[in-house]
Amino acid sequence: MIAIVDYGVGNLFSLKSSLDMIGANSIITSDKKTILDSDRIILPGVGAFRDAINKLKELGLDRIIKEEAAKNKPILGICLGMQLLFDVSYEFGEFKGLSLIKGEIKSIEDETDNLKIPHMGWNKLIFNKPSPLFKYIKNGDYVYFVHSYYACTNSEYVSSYTEYGKLLTASCEYKNVYGCQFHPEKSGEVGLNILKAFCELE
Amino acid sequence: MITKRIIPCLDVKDGRVVKGKNFTGLSDVDSPVKLAEYYSDNYADELVFYDITASSEGRKLFTEILKETAKKVFIPLTVGGGIEQVEDFDRVLKCGADKVSVNSGAIKNKSLIKEASRTYGSQCVVLSVDIKRVDGCFKVFSKGGRENTDMDAIEWIKKCIDDGAGEIVVNSIDTDGVKKGFDIELLKLVNNSVNVPVIASGGAGSIKDFINLFKEIPTIDAGLAASIFHYKEVSIKDLKLALKNENINVRI
Repeated sequence: MIAIVDYGVGNLFSLKSSLDMIGANSIITSDKKTILDSDRIILPGVGAFRDAINKLKELGLDRIIKEEAAKNKPILGICLGMQLLFDVSYEFGEFKGLSLIKGEIKSIEDETDNLKIPHMGWNKLIFNKPSPLFKYIKNGDYVYFVHSYYACTNSEYVSSYTEYGKLLTASCEYKNVYGCQFHPEKSGEVGLNILKAFCELE
Repeated sequence: MITKRIIPCLDVKDGRVVKGKNFTGLSDVDSPVKLAEYYSDNYADELVFYDITASSEGRKLFTEILKETAKKVFIPLTVGGGIEQVEDFDRVLKCGADKVSVNSGAIKNKSLIKEASRTYGSQCVVLSVDIKRVDGCFKVFSKGGRENTDMDAIEWIKKCIDDGAGEIVVNSIDTDGVKKGFDIELLKLVNNSVNVPVIASGGAGSIKDFINLFKEIPTIDAGLAASIFHYKEVSIKDLKLALKNENINVRI
């Protein structure tokens, strides 16, 4: 059973539907025991970093996710959920994340010229290193992005980049913790194949 | 680099897809769920569902259709029509919408965009604006293009972006349904005035019109159309191959 962590706003309906589509059992939950009993965890998210991390803490789920990560359970953060995996975000201030992967969340805008923000639409994956999540997809496949901030991290944690003015982290991983800046549940066949590979992780 | 998006728009009334000419004279086309699946399988980058029913039964049916679609279609869904308060955002986001488009609702309720973007994030709030030339000036029209608000289009768009709108759909009433091409003059003006994604709407009649749009305005983000796709006058695949041939970056 996959626990889709529910901590407030966001379109969880599509994520649940996409997992149904590939035949994976999942449950939308904020219940600690259900998350503990799950065999993998998906941390979704849209909106602002500050609100999301505060909500996770309020529900006591930040601790649970960190503990489960330490037990080697596969965890996938999507979009803002991926950003929460890092040390710190500079969105509307400075806020600590879950520190499961080393790195910082910074604005795309600071370092690029005349680019429209958010980075919204279909963009190419540029593989940086092999990943079990890429089992059914290929370098150059398109996925759907919507974000104004990105993860600035060491290349060793980046499994793929995408190009928008410069290279931005598209997916990342460290041990059993995985993240996608894009939305696999909104990226057609390619996205479903990424979710399928995540569901097959040992 | 990011690709140009091609977006079919489905106007839904009483559970069916319809498409009007200059906003009147509606005619029935097909089942929204089936049409959405067809588009998703055939290279559409995103879908817009526009609820043009006014009755509460119609609205209930619409959210059911939305749910059915979101169970089967895994590309972004934008929902518009009848969005007047933050509760309406909640209603459609729970049924699988990713973005919510506001039009007359934002004109009536001036704090709607601010409240919605604070709650759900700017990426989720799309401003859709119906624009028409009146005495040489671009004016915002409300109520499905029937009422002149006398607001200047660019000023209105800028205000909404300041309030938190993350994307703009520019619909030209002057070119809508005429199928003689997008309103390049208007679109250029809007695109040059803002720093968020802009979607062109109204007037597409052929593949040539899309090529012209992206050539004339290289930084515009997307082209939206309804009838030419619904009646299969233009297939999205053919359109994208033609765009690729012109060195316009598309997902194909």
